[in-house]
Amino acid sequence: MSKLYHVSSNPHVRAASSTAGIMTLVIIALLPAAGFGIYNFGPRAALVLLVTIASAVGTEFLFGLYKKKLTITDMSAVVTGLLLGMNLPVTIPLWMAAMGSVFAILVVKCLFGGLGQNFMNPALAARCFLVISFPAQMTNFISTGKGALDAYTGATPLALLKGGETVNVMDMIVGKTTGTIGETSMLALVIGACVLLLTGVIDLRVPGSYLVSFVIFTVIFGGHGFEPAFLSAQLAGGGLMLGAFFMATDYVTRPITVGGQYVFGIFLGIMTGIFRFFGPGAEGVSYAIVLGNLLVPLIEKYTRPIPFGGKGAK
Amino acid sequence: MAKLTFQGGIHPYDGKELSKDKPIKELKAGTVMVYPLSQHIGAPAKPIVAKGDYVWRGQMIAEAGSFVSAPVHSAVSGTVKAIEPRRVASGDLVMSIVIENDGQDSEVEYYPVDPENFTKDEILRCVQEAGIVGMGGAGFPTHVKLSPKDPDKIEYVIANCAECEPYLTSDYRRMLEEPERLVDGLKIILCLFDHAQGIIAVEDNKPDCVKLFREMTKNETRISVRALKTKYPQGGERSLIYATTGRKINSSMLPADVGCIVNNVDTIVAVERAVLEGKPLMERIVTVTGDAIKDPRNYKVPTGMSYTEVLEAAGGFTKEPEKIICGGPMMGVAIFGTDVPVTKTSTALLAFTKDEVAAWEPGPCINCGRCLEVCPGRVMPSKLADAAERGDEEAFLELNGMECCECGCCSYICPAKRPLTQEIKSMRKIQLAKRKK
Repeated sequence: MSKLYHVSSNPHVRAASSTAGIMTLVIIALLPAAGFGIYNFGPRAALVLLVTIASAVGTEFLFGLYKKKLTITDMSAVVTGLLLGMNLPVTIPLWMAAMGSVFAILVVKCLFGGLGQNFMNPALAARCFLVISFPAQMTNFISTGKGALDAYTGATPLALLKGGETVNVMDMIVGKTTGTIGETSMLALVIGACVLLLTGVIDLRVPGSYLVSFVIFTVIFGGHGFEPAFLSAQLAGGGLMLGAFFMATDYVTRPITVGGQYVFGIFLGIMTGIFRFFGPGAEGVSYAIVLGNLLVPLIEKYTRPIPFGGKGAK
Repeated sequence: MAKLTFQGGIHPYDGKELSKDKPIKELKAGTVMVYPLSQHIGAPAKPIVAKGDYVWRGQMIAEAGSFVSAPVHSAVSGTVKAIEPRRVASGDLVMSIVIENDGQDSEVEYYPVDPENFTKDEILRCVQEAGIVGMGGAGFPTHVKLSPKDPDKIEYVIANCAECEPYLTSDYRRMLEEPERLVDGLKIILCLFDHAQGIIAVEDNKPDCVKLFREMTKNETRISVRALKTKYPQGGERSLIYATTGRKINSSMLPADVGCIVNNVDTIVAVERAVLEGKPLMERIVTVTGDAIKDPRNYKVPTGMSYTEVLEAAGGFTKEPEKIICGGPMMGVAIFGTDVPVTKTSTALLAFTKDEVAAWEPGPCINCGRCLEVCPGRVMPSKLADAAERGDEEAFLELNGMECCECGCCSYICPAKRPLTQEIKSMRKIQLAKRKK
């Protein structure tokens, strides 16, 4: 026989979407919020983002050298670095930001087997690690001077709200408040979320059930009933939009089953509410998601789809 | 009730425009014809000719090996050159009858069913002796399918005219060019089932066929036409039954268990020919297409002809292909050489200048869940492939791995380009072999 043709198992065609393509879309969707963060907090915000991205990619590259496998081309390290940077205050010492990235990539991701194997969202796990290790630096929010209210204070709007003060909801929706670099602008985050929803990268199952259950919890236990200003402030603040659309939807660390995604979303909504209204702090998105991540295997086990036509003979 | 579609599925590029508008061309048989004894599910056929024997066109050369089996007929006249193992499309070596064509086309006489004696048993005998098997690809002997335990419980006879596989247009051309054969064939099958309604189920990307059949059957009380939503795998038996009747079957059930009998277009036409003309199954429509083919179109090909000769007759390649597939791109088999025969179940021959599978490097699963969303069997392909990969049979069965219908949607959609279907298929094969023991 002269020439042998390629053989492989069926199917012989493949869809165009790829892992790197999906990651790139996530990066694009994060850009409005990251851009607003840089506008809001000044050029140092860009520096922080650059440091977290570079150290995340660098760590993955070095680990790849050790494992003799180039994995940075899948773009997932860029997503992790960018997300972590957006979850840090602009004042963070740069070495701390870099340390967070190294922790996210090396400890949370690579040591557990790399992409797809981590059981927690690397960026959020690193943020929690930094909050526990350096509580002062991680909550050192400065005034941006752009909003109407916080020109005189460095407290986040949700902290003010918890302290019984009033906040300018409009500023919170646009993002002219203080907080971490990427969490302040609900508007920019929702624009990014729309990009992901329209391109089919994410769907509304997790973020929808998360936000709806959180609103219901807030109405019942928030102490302000149906007050629209309070509800809007709770939705816009504390990184809820960033968490609901960009981190709770992380493929690797949310349940893969449809039913499980609703359970996961509702769990996050309730936990965020508990942390905010019954905990000592004013926020709680990060911890709610990380805690939810840990329950994923359990949720998946009990929400398996029923096969078409029911179970056949084994 | 009829939903006209099913949950899951995909919309790949369909490539049908390459061949759909050209009429079927008849090919002359090749010089050497190869007839594998196993072109169907069930026991292999038993040769009834010997080396050196002269055979006629239309003569039975191997008889059914058991009830679930089918005889084989020669499409040419000539001499039996050998009975030896030959390579078939699946890659296996199968005992085959090799016939040297004398080019005379000396034909046997055919005996159709006597209209005076048009009984159910006569029809079934005719179908059995004609060697008809499911020509959509599976190759299940048709007379077995048409003899369910309780024929009175059959409520629907479904003509599978979905043709959901990309690139394939053989059923489409057959329906356009010989629609009366399909309708007559369906009527013959309906004679076997007194309480059944006939359904002609066509995907709505073939509106001309829908219109044609609606027109032809408007006075038929027992036949209706359904336009199904175009989506792969709409023509899969389980999806089709669900879309037309709203009934569900799983891996351990037969369509007859929910009162359905499903037959593909070409199979029904073969039944019509067997019953009304007495002709055995010895030719079929094959779509020869792909970007490497000079004249992509449908050909009427005598069974037993080598693909090499089919390709030559079709004008050859425009450019050297990288991959050649027997069947559709979703469920077909890639072949490393074209020296294999056209069998009763050969739906198509595709030649592509680029192998999409080799172009991607498989990466790790990112748990995106797309495979679950497209799976018509509602199982968890990524988890099943994990279980199969690590050889965990218990987990594989626990996760309902046997409910997979191997349609290939998961591998198609996977952004990490994992060979999910392949992993699951391998494990299913092991489990099916264990069941038989």
